[in-house]
Amino acid sequence: MPDIKITPLGAGQDVGRSCILLSMGGKNIMLDCGMHMGYNDERRFPDFSYIVPEGPITSQIDCVIISHFHLDHCGALPYMSEMVGYTGPIYMTHPTKAIAPILLEDMRKVIVERKGESNFFTSQMIKDCIKKVTAVTLHQSVMVDNELEIKAYYAGHVLGAAMFWIRVGNQSVVYTGDYNMTPDRHLGAAWIDKCRPDLMITESTYATTIRDSKRCRERDFLKKVHECVEKGGKVLIPVFALGRAQELCILLETYWERMNLKYPVYFALGLTEKANNYYKMFITWTNQKIRKTFVQRNMFDFKHIKPFDKSYIDNPGAMVVFATPGMLHAGLSLNIFKKWAPFEQNMLIMPGFCVQGTVGHKILNGAKKVEFENRQVVEVKMAVEYMSFSAHADAKGIMQLIQYCEPKNVLLVHGEAQKMEFLKDKIEKEFEISCYMPANGETCTITTPTKIPIDVSLRLLKAEAVRYNAQPPDPKRRRIVHGVLCVKDNRLSFLDIDEVCDEIGINRHVIRFTSTVRFEDSGPAIKTAEKLKTLLEEKLQGWSITISDGNISVESVLIKVEGDNDNTKNIYVSWTNQDEDLGSYILGLLQSMVQ
Amino acid sequence: MKLYCLSSDAAKPCFVLSFKELMIMLDCGLSAHSVLNFLPLPPVPSTRLASLPNYTPPHVNDPLLEGELKECCGRVFVDSIPEFCPPLDKVVDFSQLDVILISNYTCMMALPFITEETGFKGQVYATEPTLQIGRFYLEELSAWLAAGGAGTAARRWKELLHVLPAPLAHAQRPRAWRRLFSGEAMARALARVRVVGYDERVRLYGALDATPVSSGFCLGSANWVLRTPHEKIAYVSGSSTLTTHPRPINQAALRGADVLILAALTQTPAHNPDHMLGDLCVHAALTLRGGGSLLLPVYPSGVLYDLLECLSAHLDGAGLAHVPLYVVSPVADSSLAYSNILAEWVSAGKQARVYLPEEPFPHASLVRAGRLRHAKQLHDDAFCADFRQPCVVFCGHPSLRFGAAVHLVELWANNPAHAIIFTEPDFPYLEALAPFQPLSMKAFHCPIDTSLNYAQANKLVRELRPRELVLPEQYAAPTGAGGAGGAGGGARPHVVADGPVTVARRGAARALGVVRRAARGTLCGALAAGAAPRDLRAGLRAAPLVAQLTLRDARLELCAATPQGPLPAPVPQPVALGAPDVAALVRELAREGLGDARVEAGADGCIVHLPRHDTLLHVERHATHVFCEGRAHVRQALRRALAACTPHV
Repeated sequence: MPDIKITPLGAGQDVGRSCILLSMGGKNIMLDCGMHMGYNDERRFPDFSYIVPEGPITSQIDCVIISHFHLDHCGALPYMSEMVGYTGPIYMTHPTKAIAPILLEDMRKVIVERKGESNFFTSQMIKDCIKKVTAVTLHQSVMVDNELEIKAYYAGHVLGAAMFWIRVGNQSVVYTGDYNMTPDRHLGAAWIDKCRPDLMITESTYATTIRDSKRCRERDFLKKVHECVEKGGKVLIPVFALGRAQELCILLETYWERMNLKYPVYFALGLTEKANNYYKMFITWTNQKIRKTFVQRNMFDFKHIKPFDKSYIDNPGAMVVFATPGMLHAGLSLNIFKKWAPFEQNMLIMPGFCVQGTVGHKILNGAKKVEFENRQVVEVKMAVEYMSFSAHADAKGIMQLIQYCEPKNVLLVHGEAQKMEFLKDKIEKEFEISCYMPANGETCTITTPTKIPIDVSLRLLKAEAVRYNAQPPDPKRRRIVHGVLCVKDNRLSFLDIDEVCDEIGINRHVIRFTSTVRFEDSGPAIKTAEKLKTLLEEKLQGWSITISDGNISVESVLIKVEGDNDNTKNIYVSWTNQDEDLGSYILGLLQSMVQ
Repeated sequence: MKLYCLSSDAAKPCFVLSFKELMIMLDCGLSAHSVLNFLPLPPVPSTRLASLPNYTPPHVNDPLLEGELKECCGRVFVDSIPEFCPPLDKVVDFSQLDVILISNYTCMMALPFITEETGFKGQVYATEPTLQIGRFYLEELSAWLAAGGAGTAARRWKELLHVLPAPLAHAQRPRAWRRLFSGEAMARALARVRVVGYDERVRLYGALDATPVSSGFCLGSANWVLRTPHEKIAYVSGSSTLTTHPRPINQAALRGADVLILAALTQTPAHNPDHMLGDLCVHAALTLRGGGSLLLPVYPSGVLYDLLECLSAHLDGAGLAHVPLYVVSPVADSSLAYSNILAEWVSAGKQARVYLPEEPFPHASLVRAGRLRHAKQLHDDAFCADFRQPCVVFCGHPSLRFGAAVHLVELWANNPAHAIIFTEPDFPYLEALAPFQPLSMKAFHCPIDTSLNYAQANKLVRELRPRELVLPEQYAAPTGAGGAGGAGGGARPHVVADGPVTVARRGAARALGVVRRAARGTLCGALAAGAAPRDLRAGLRAAPLVAQLTLRDARLELCAATPQGPLPAPVPQPVALGAPDVAALVRELAREGLGDARVEAGADGCIVHLPRHDTLLHVERHATHVFCEGRAHVRQALRRALAACTPHV
């Protein structure tokens, strides 16, 4: 089956809930299994009924691949494996396997405990789901079954993020997940080799941004924090324990170090140390610089960032506090918020997305007063900032990756339709390859050239190589091999005729044709032969024509001139049945020359 | 396919495989046995060593030999910077090597000897832990040896071996021994290494795939599987089927190889590593209870991690939790820190800890608790201030010829309360101790070598079923002849196989039984669709094929031929598989309008004569020769007639 089919169940012309179905060579692969954080109903999960309206889903999917631990890429996994009932293999990298369950649990708490939903997966389901995951290492070639092979490449986006190369038979696809082409504070740049896949499925979050604006956003963030604490204000940054929290800590830590600031920075949660430990232990996944220096100083042992104690809430003066949870829906971050919100000099920085119905969501939408269960009303006078820090490749980065990887087709996902349109144009113009951007639920079919594996006899190849190498080098020269195609046990081989005869135990029978042309030409035969050679060379450019002892060979067609010094010469042209084309052409040529 | 063996030390192998026009070096182990012939290099000057008497062989008066040899307790040592025995460089030109594949960090110490100043232009592949820990080993070696200064090398004794006493007299080719390379050469050699992961397929110049698979011996240790679509060669070096800290051995990947090369089996086949570890803990507890201190001469990684884990636990249980553990090595801090970030390379049990998240090895918590301390060298101020006895010191070098261990043995030699326990299997412990005799401190030999022993190797070979087995000569030696196996009468080798066994000796080249017959390519759909295979016999179908070859990036593609010049694209012609049936031929010719055929008997068959068309067909057993002087349509008719009555595809 030379077709590759792709159907996005999520991330088709949108961002959030990545889930892409890939079919090739009779295998169905699910790329990511994400959850949409903006919906409260069934729309938050991919529509698994698309795959199979009813009945078991496992027989329809050969494997699930998760690119990284962000919930919009793995959030629906426990739902799929524990509630929909998928029991097949699931692949992700070691850090993703370690960190994803913690984020899933955080999210589950928000949705179930805050919003009181009951039909949601449980903690136990998350644990059971993660137990089924096979962890892979970078560049490890994993055979899912006899025909399906996957391989992870470094993607840089977050700790443990990976791109996946997927092969079935002669067809291959690269799925990038989210990636980043410029090394950042703690991660390296994405890398892939020239694997020339038939298709590359790439994210396109920043399809129109030419320069990654991450540095600007970071500068902006640091400037705002600095200004606020300089005026004696308090900065609250609600975060989840893993992911962005570490990134922001590194950011503040290095800034505090560089600017020699003394304002206290606190990280408030029991998980902190544990969370940072994940980063310490997977340090091989961070960038070169952190890896080189970790023996002297582990980047995740923060010098300026101290653990927070509840009693510090009422401390006077400036401070920066990272507190969980990230959506201000409960716990410490909400408590701090209640205390600090009514004061203008304070500031709230929301570094991530907030689910509808959370305090964070209300405030981001501009609410100036927030009412709580016990009728407590809090006035929000503090400054509120939203900042996204996720590292994605920009348009230049995407083009770069395409250039490295040399795919034959490109398919865009995880971006906005308009921006995709622009990038699609650019890709098609610059690389002269097809580019696709299906919407959710839309199937995109890509036809690849049929290539059938075949064993070619070395005897055949060596004989050809001898002939080829005997001629002056010319990369454009046609290399033709005559032989026999054999089909045995459903396997193809290309053999020399003698090998086939040996195989079936018979002797080869050669059929040869010889014809004579009479030619009036005085002088010795050898002179005539040389004349003929000149003529043939002129007509048959690209063929190997040699002369020895007055015999001309045009590849395997033999031409012999006989006759004394008198006028008539006999020209014999002789060829085997295999060379009929060339032999009859030369004979015809000589005959027309005589007339 | 040929295999060259460049090392005489089976535990520090070095092979070169020539296959598909590639020269592939498998490991480059550095044999360090030679250093035992040298006097120790103390990190701080030792009056005892300095005052050892000179040795002069009887009846030899050679002024050049003056001061080269010293004597200690009846043994003669060379007083010079210790030298190593690198792989043989005369058999293979290192500049012609295409690839070096390294199996683990104990088998790569000779890398700079191969790659630096030899014109080497190839690639070197190793796993990440192999590169990092190998770097620690090399850096430590080079730091210990540099501490000894750069005295002139003693050379004269090498000319006078015949007059020297044993064991110096039996030194193997000492003229080829060399001093350790410079730090720069080492850095350059390590910079060449390309890092690979387990089960990663490395394309070697398009000719074949090399895949490192876990060998279970140490962090990042790998067996290499070389594969083409038709051939498979497995190089098994330093493997372990025991459960220790690294990832377990991947046997499935090694199964069914055409050639299995087996190297670096255990060096102490008579000692069970588990029992030795138990003995060690007992000796340690006894010594410490008696107020003595313990010295373990070890390498800075590997079994050290297991020792720290087991010994600390055992001492806790024995009420000796207060005894400090010291690791002294220029790379101690790096080695201890590094081992804890290799989550992807450790056993499942250790890996599970990372998900908690806790460090995979307990030594990180021992360091945090202050129980385990490490120092770059013995005379670090902070370390000296901290040093308490009784204690356990882990330090190099296991040969006791250089490194901090030399100083500690000198210091503790006269006190029978102290003990030294040898765990590394690379050196015979009595020889290691020879220059320190007479010795009062206790010496125990508890070698822990987790590599395959002979029984495990035999079991592995039986399970893997290679078509051909290659062994270094040591393992092919009869069990009875070896020292360890006892006085068995049978001539059965240590390792046997059902199939053919090839024995590799240092300096020898062996042709292996792999014969290549086919290369893998791809056939384009259009060409395949045009072929109409006919049954040749049951299960075998065939069709004539004319294909145009494309060879790009070592990829072979067959597509439909294109026209060239005045000729159309060549089409496949029927291939005759036997002589035509003459009677049928005459009938066919008549049908084509050539009805005047006359058949005459010939020398080896018959002659069909068509006088009207001036044409003769010599039909013989193996060939039919058509002499056709008729017009083109006559020849075409002849061809059709022949095709109709000749068996063909």
